[in-house]
Amino acid sequence: MHRHHHPHIPGKLRSLRRTPDNRVLGGVCGAVSSATGIDATWVRIGFVLLSICSGVMVFVYAMAWLLIPMEGETSNIYSRAISDRHGIRLIAAVLVPLLIALSLITSTLHLGFVGFIGWPTFLAIGVVVLIWRNANESEKAFIDHDVVPLLGADTHGEGRRWLLARVALGVLVGAGGIVLLVEGHTTVAALRPVGGAALVVAASVIIFGPWWLSLVRDLIAERQARALAEERAQMAAHVHDSVLQTLALIQRSSDDPQNVVRLARAQERELRAWLFEGRPPGAIGEDATMLGEGVGVLQRQVEADHGITVQVVMVGDCELDDALCALLDAAREATVNAAKWSGAEQVSVYAEVEPDTVMLYVRDRGRGFDPDAVPEDRQGIAQSIRARMARFGGSVVIRSAPGEGAEIELSMSRRERVR
Amino acid sequence: MSTGPDSVTPRPSGRPRIFLVDDHAVFRAGVKAELGEAVEVIGEADEAAAAVELVNERLPDVVLLDVHLPGGGGHAVLRGVLPHHPEVQFLALSVSDAPEDVIDVIRAGARGYITKTISGPELLQAVYRVAAGDAVFSPRLAGFVLDAFAQTGAPPADLDPELDQLSPREREVLRLIARGYTYKEVARDLSISAKTVESHVSSVLRKLQLSTRHELTRWATDRRLV
Repeated sequence: MHRHHHPHIPGKLRSLRRTPDNRVLGGVCGAVSSATGIDATWVRIGFVLLSICSGVMVFVYAMAWLLIPMEGETSNIYSRAISDRHGIRLIAAVLVPLLIALSLITSTLHLGFVGFIGWPTFLAIGVVVLIWRNANESEKAFIDHDVVPLLGADTHGEGRRWLLARVALGVLVGAGGIVLLVEGHTTVAALRPVGGAALVVAASVIIFGPWWLSLVRDLIAERQARALAEERAQMAAHVHDSVLQTLALIQRSSDDPQNVVRLARAQERELRAWLFEGRPPGAIGEDATMLGEGVGVLQRQVEADHGITVQVVMVGDCELDDALCALLDAAREATVNAAKWSGAEQVSVYAEVEPDTVMLYVRDRGRGFDPDAVPEDRQGIAQSIRARMARFGGSVVIRSAPGEGAEIELSMSRRERVR
Repeated sequence: MSTGPDSVTPRPSGRPRIFLVDDHAVFRAGVKAELGEAVEVIGEADEAAAAVELVNERLPDVVLLDVHLPGGGGHAVLRGVLPHHPEVQFLALSVSDAPEDVIDVIRAGARGYITKTISGPELLQAVYRVAAGDAVFSPRLAGFVLDAFAQTGAPPADLDPELDQLSPREREVLRLIARGYTYKEVARDLSISAKTVESHVSSVLRKLQLSTRHELTRWATDRRLV
């Protein structure tokens, strides 16, 4: 935890962070969303509704933008803005007369609601200008690109004429709406204020609509680009982790053809499973839903980890449940055991799904052992295989003799019988 | 056995005469190196038409046949040779483990199926076994057969028990082969002779080739064979 000095952020809010990945304007709603767990879209809708009901929320938003630091930064924009004397003086010089004019107009015309929305809005605009002056480079670029077009500052020629026409039309419609609203105070026609409000909304759509649309479009494009980039990164990571590593291993063991074959085979299986079956390498129960898939996972894992060929033969298939996952875990234990101790180059795994039971045999032609006189360390493994199976009512038979290889027979009765 | 003018009468006990059909030169070279002096390689081909012509001309004891070939696949070679020279034995080799490919070549007349990852001594043993007229079942093929001949609920009335069902003994033999047992180990485990194991396997092969079980015909139809 950073115990940096933030004089204007109370303790609990200190962990709030705005992220560039989740923002429409300043990223404040995104920060609230990740702090509370509420979906960002709902937070945004809430903010907009509250802003319409009381203009104060616009000001609150601007202040939050100023005070909540960007992710990965320890200081907020406020800490820089406070020393921007020139900016503060400039904003005060514009805002103070504007606000005085606003309060004069609203009080003489009895337009309390205009002041209600106007005051915080003007203040918020002042704060945003302050943010723009003091934001870091990347945030400044974002504001230039997505917020400034609102002012029409970077629009020229055809676009500028279109913008002027739009603003003119918007102002006209908006004025009409305000006139109707004002008249609503003196006439009894109940529908008029409603019509006026509709006109004000229409005006804002005309003026700001294209900007909103381009904002949304940019946001979607940015999300898609990010998803694509993530996928590419994942692909690169996978190719690096498995394919390149395997190629390096193959180069190093070029004088050991057997090892080359094994590495190539394991890699091929893994790539196939990943590309065509969409299965990442991992835990058996996690990425397999059928017994056959689970045995495939077991095969890949043991081949990759222990440098041994696992030959799999499946007869029938069924869905995995807890008992069968335990059977697979026990089978993996037995296969790993064979890979480590038998000295054989190949382990055969045979699984057969019968109507009442699933049988699984793990067999090797290695040095074998006397099941009645196994050394302590192997006893442990045998016990763990037995314990796993016993927990779900399965049974284990071990057949082996010195020099004769070994076969572990696992059987588990099926809970859900077919037919 | 053979009626070809320039063919020596093949002796299963002697060096079998082998023909290689595979579109990968590297693989053909690898097989030749692994089999070494134990066999006589009398020719190779890398596509179906050339293979049919050369095999019909040279009449080898055993053709090692890749399942996937340019110009028609392994079964095209089987169809081009077996009607004229049924004495030629085919052993199918594949990297593919897809059941339809395997069943396909077996039903077209191959005497056995092994995967290309098989070890040298095992390959040699399989070649000898096929040359002697026996069937070669890899564990995987045994698994496929058990799967295809699985006992499904109530057997349909039109099922011919002679062809469409495995006997309990055949099932036991196949299960042990699928578990990775050699024929000798199967014989010992079931207390029967190795010869009896071979006759069970040959009987299963015959059923596999002649049965009309819908699982088999479906696999074959998928490959547009029937």
